Amino acid sequence: MTSSSAVDVVGGAPGYRPGATLSLWTEIRRQAARRRTQMALGFMVLLPLIILIAFQLDNGGDDDEGGGGEFSRLADLATAGGANFTLFTLLVSSGFLLVVVVALFCGDTVASEASWGSLRYLLAMPVPRARLLGVKVTAALLYCLLAMLILVGTALLAGTLRYGWAPLNAPIGGEIAAGTSVVRLLEIVGYLCVSLLVVASLAFLLSVSTDAPLGAVGGAVLLQILSNILDQITALGTIRNFLPTHYGDAWLGLLSTPLQTDDIVKGCISSLAYATIFFSLAWWRFLRKDVVS
Amino acid sequence: MITGSVVALVLAGLVGWAVVPSPAKYRTEEQRITVRTGPGDATEVTLDTTLYLPKTSGRKPAILLAHGFGGTKQSVRSDAQDFAELGYAVLTWTAQGFGRSTGEIHLDSPDWEVKDAQRLLDWLAARPDIQTDASGDPRVAAVGGSYGGALALLLAAQDRRVDAIVPMITWNDLSRAFLPEASGQDPAGGVFKKQWAGLFFGSGSADPITDALTGGGAAAPQRTPTGDAQCGRFARDVCEAYLGIATTGKADEAALALLRRSSPAPVLDRIKAPTLLIQGQVDTLFPLSEGDANARGIAAAGTPVRVAWFTGGHDGGSGPQSEVDRLRFLTAQWLDHYVKGNGKAPENSFTYSRVSGLNARGRGLVTAASSLDAYPGLAGTSNASIALTGGPQDIANPPNGNPAAISSLPIANVASLLGTGVSAEIRGQHADYTSEPLPATLDVAGAPVVRIRAASPTGEAVLFVKLYDVPAKGAASIPDGLIAPVRLTGLPKSIADAQPVTVTLPAVVHRFEAGSRVRITVASADSAFASPPDPVVYQVAVDGAVSLPDVAGTPLANPDVIWRYVLAGLVALILVGLVAAVLIARGRVRRIERRIDPDHADTPLVVRGLRKTYGDFVAVAKVDFTVQRGQVVGLLGPNGAGKTTSLRVLMGLTRPTEGEILVFGHQLLPGAPVLSRVGALVEGPGFLPHLTGLQNLRLYWAATGRPEQDAHFDEAFEIAGLGTAVNRRVKTYSHGMRQRLAIAQAMLGLPELLVLDEPTDGLDPPQIAEMRKVLRRYATGGRAVLVSSHLLAEVEQTCTDVVVMHKGEVVAAGKVDDIVGDSPTVQLDVSDVDAAEKVLDELDGIRSVAWSGGNGLVVDIDGTPRSEVIAALVRAGVGIDRVTPRRRLEDAFLSLVGGDTKASGERS
Repeated sequence: MTSSSAVDVVGGAPGYRPGATLSLWTEIRRQAARRRTQMALGFMVLLPLIILIAFQLDNGGDDDEGGGGEFSRLADLATAGGANFTLFTLLVSSGFLLVVVVALFCGDTVASEASWGSLRYLLAMPVPRARLLGVKVTAALLYCLLAMLILVGTALLAGTLRYGWAPLNAPIGGEIAAGTSVVRLLEIVGYLCVSLLVVASLAFLLSVSTDAPLGAVGGAVLLQILSNILDQITALGTIRNFLPTHYGDAWLGLLSTPLQTDDIVKGCISSLAYATIFFSLAWWRFLRKDVVS
Repeated sequence: MITGSVVALVLAGLVGWAVVPSPAKYRTEEQRITVRTGPGDATEVTLDTTLYLPKTSGRKPAILLAHGFGGTKQSVRSDAQDFAELGYAVLTWTAQGFGRSTGEIHLDSPDWEVKDAQRLLDWLAARPDIQTDASGDPRVAAVGGSYGGALALLLAAQDRRVDAIVPMITWNDLSRAFLPEASGQDPAGGVFKKQWAGLFFGSGSADPITDALTGGGAAAPQRTPTGDAQCGRFARDVCEAYLGIATTGKADEAALALLRRSSPAPVLDRIKAPTLLIQGQVDTLFPLSEGDANARGIAAAGTPVRVAWFTGGHDGGSGPQSEVDRLRFLTAQWLDHYVKGNGKAPENSFTYSRVSGLNARGRGLVTAASSLDAYPGLAGTSNASIALTGGPQDIANPPNGNPAAISSLPIANVASLLGTGVSAEIRGQHADYTSEPLPATLDVAGAPVVRIRAASPTGEAVLFVKLYDVPAKGAASIPDGLIAPVRLTGLPKSIADAQPVTVTLPAVVHRFEAGSRVRITVASADSAFASPPDPVVYQVAVDGAVSLPDVAGTPLANPDVIWRYVLAGLVALILVGLVAAVLIARGRVRRIERRIDPDHADTPLVVRGLRKTYGDFVAVAKVDFTVQRGQVVGLLGPNGAGKTTSLRVLMGLTRPTEGEILVFGHQLLPGAPVLSRVGALVEGPGFLPHLTGLQNLRLYWAATGRPEQDAHFDEAFEIAGLGTAVNRRVKTYSHGMRQRLAIAQAMLGLPELLVLDEPTDGLDPPQIAEMRKVLRRYATGGRAVLVSSHLLAEVEQTCTDVVVMHKGEVVAAGKVDDIVGDSPTVQLDVSDVDAAEKVLDELDGIRSVAWSGGNGLVVDIDGTPRSEVIAALVRAGVGIDRVTPRRRLEDAFLSLVGGDTKASGERS
């Protein structure tokens, strides 16, 4: 998308080059000032602290009704150290919170411009449409990544300060050395990023299709919920493997010894396939769309 | 939201596709087949059968598919369906004594159950749709698990017509399976496996795990009203044998003979059918040693045997999916060659697999399969000797074997794999001999061997020798719950005099992690076995070391590895697609850039034959006009005349249906670079509400990527006239303030063509006046301005030229001065319309007279002085209320627009 040519484009105004319009940095600045962005990122700082306080309030009372499964095991280990605390924070936020945050960043980005009316001025600038989408989606994805890193960073910092720098106590993988555990946590974040691409791409597709930012965000989250519900229905059999959320928890394999990466690979394939389809549809639609808002 | 519904539709479609079954490739026939069976063929038994017949034409090879103990033909239905899909005619039947078949349970007796199966072979051979090798000899394989597996072995030994067999998780010697002894004694001195035997014999212990396994059923016989209370549907001799063993814990000769008669062990040399032997690693009922004995026995007769172990069995069930897939593949391959006669003979390689952990997502176990060129037996291909420490120790035998240690729970042994295990030792009843922590991981595949010594005041002892994995962290566990019972006799009273006895532990496939310890535990009582009832204190000791065999297997390629290549391919494909898309897009942009009309290279705007429709809705029918340098052109028309739609096309927001727009000779398409020479305000302002006016304009200019000094911010802010309000957020602005900021934004960079849609909307009169001046001034020096408005006065006072639009078409165009000039018509309000019309008709030089409603008349006086017309009317006595001279623009606008202000799209 970037052209290094300094020569003005034929027919363009002096100094105008399509590849220089709406730089990524400009878009990041445009979004940074938004209350929505600040709140979402702020909550990423707040959530680990809230969880930390919640654990502090633990009065040693009766545990929940037995529980069982991965969740309760990770919850039991949450206070074992900074790495475990971070892991727990990721576990509780990966199912829904991160989905909403990603849907927010990616679903709102074009639709809100359309609703403000600023989209047509960007297009009349002219920012080439493909470039507009490229910059928009890159900025949105960078914010998603930033949100996740803030969440992990805060959890790791707060957890370590409170519970100490201890090896990661994995529910079925035994202990993972503290240094390695940070690598594992980053790998988990990496996988979550890839798997959340489905939500991101779907939200983005909806975002270029509607003028209502809420519709795009909500639509993406709703479909994610629908997929989650269908994934619970075992009667669907192997069809569940095709659901975008089916491999959502495959990152748990990174906590086992030896690493179980098969589901992660399948999850990546599923996510990338869906994301490619949705992103392609988004581009295809937007490049042909009559912008009437 | 269209996309959303498309996605939902796709999801719904996928679900529907999953739910709707594909048509079966086979049909089924249910029949009750009566066979003459028993000694001397003296008894008639009716067997409940189902034949799965592929729909393909011609004769088909057959499979006799037998079920496990306690099951029926229904237990093997899904396997039968799989085989039928592969093109085999599959005959399943409920063994006699079970389900809806008649008869009694004779434990796979050659005289009964095996003979039944021979009769079924006869029945198959008589069918015209079954392939035969000779008359009365069908092409057939016998397949089954557990009870069905032993039947397959015994049938192959008794009837040469069987072409291949696949016995699974079954026994070699039933007496040894129920009365095992690990120091080498025969079953007469065995230790009774009471828990499993009870489960076998007892009722109401049906188990879903083993039922799920291919024919592997350790469930109880079905309760029938006809069976007697003690023996149920068991044959009398079988029942009595059980009662005898269970009562005494020992088997008499008659019972042993009965159990041996039901065992393949004595007849293995007669098996000529190539055999695929599948044995379970998690099986305390028929452990790997049973399969090993079968394999050796059959191979000794020169018959091809292939052995496979899997991480399942009577305790472990069918194991994880990867194991099920491996066994399915092996079975299909075996039958394909030996029954269908396809391909070359399968290799003789041995495959086994090791549990590598729990699936992290809570979906069962993860296993890693390995293979070896030939079956190594239970002694492995290599041996590790692990030193154990611990001295002689006293252990107590509890009275009546209670309390007893728990090593395994039949069927439920999966739990022992979870690390938490079910194993529990009783204080005072066991002695532990532990190794140092292992320096590295240690794999075991085969039967560990250890030497023990024991002393007993009675001279006899029943002991249980167990291999424990003691991890660095967590609870110790017995791999797969497999333990070795030993019955020692002739023991001295003191351990010092005791001779060492070699104990062969059950074969396991297990990995000890680094840091774990190996432990051998010798205990006195176990809940799974019968032990002597009298309380005694034994002395036990383990000699030195335990020998742990291993197999140098080569890991089988994980079938999931293929997905890694798929992933790599997908990523490559996406990258190639991206590069291609970018290249194509660039090529297209260049083509657009080159398209230039030299005749209009200096004309700011040429609109030619522009037409835009949305479906049936015609927003713009046909528009042509031109804007020259220095002009301020007004695009005049009522709301809905198509002005805004034209401007949208002009801004590259929408594509024209027909026609084109040229800006400085460049065709205008979405994203055309020439748009950078156009400044615009279309359809109201569009700002980021959370930013200030100043930030908005600065970011807008930053987004154009053009040099900052080209922006001329000072002029723009002067035009906006917002004062200090530029530092407030735009969301706090009034409508007029936003409008002024939007005009300022449009003027940033002083574009050569300025397009303003209703610019005075929201402005107050002094500001409107100011704006007019600004626009006129702007057009000087070669720039051009296009202003759209629905207000005549606005255009009249601002513009040099005007284009009047109505119903999506241009109805008038020209210089404002020309158009504003006097028109040849005059509007008259008269007291008597009829009289006036009469007078005017008679007057020379009047071109036309039209009634315009009420007392009004529009008269085309065609150059006749107005005073003459009025004088003529007055002379004729017609009163005149008002005389209004009309101008051309008004004429055009009102005559075409006035009476009909409907939007262009509202026309039918």
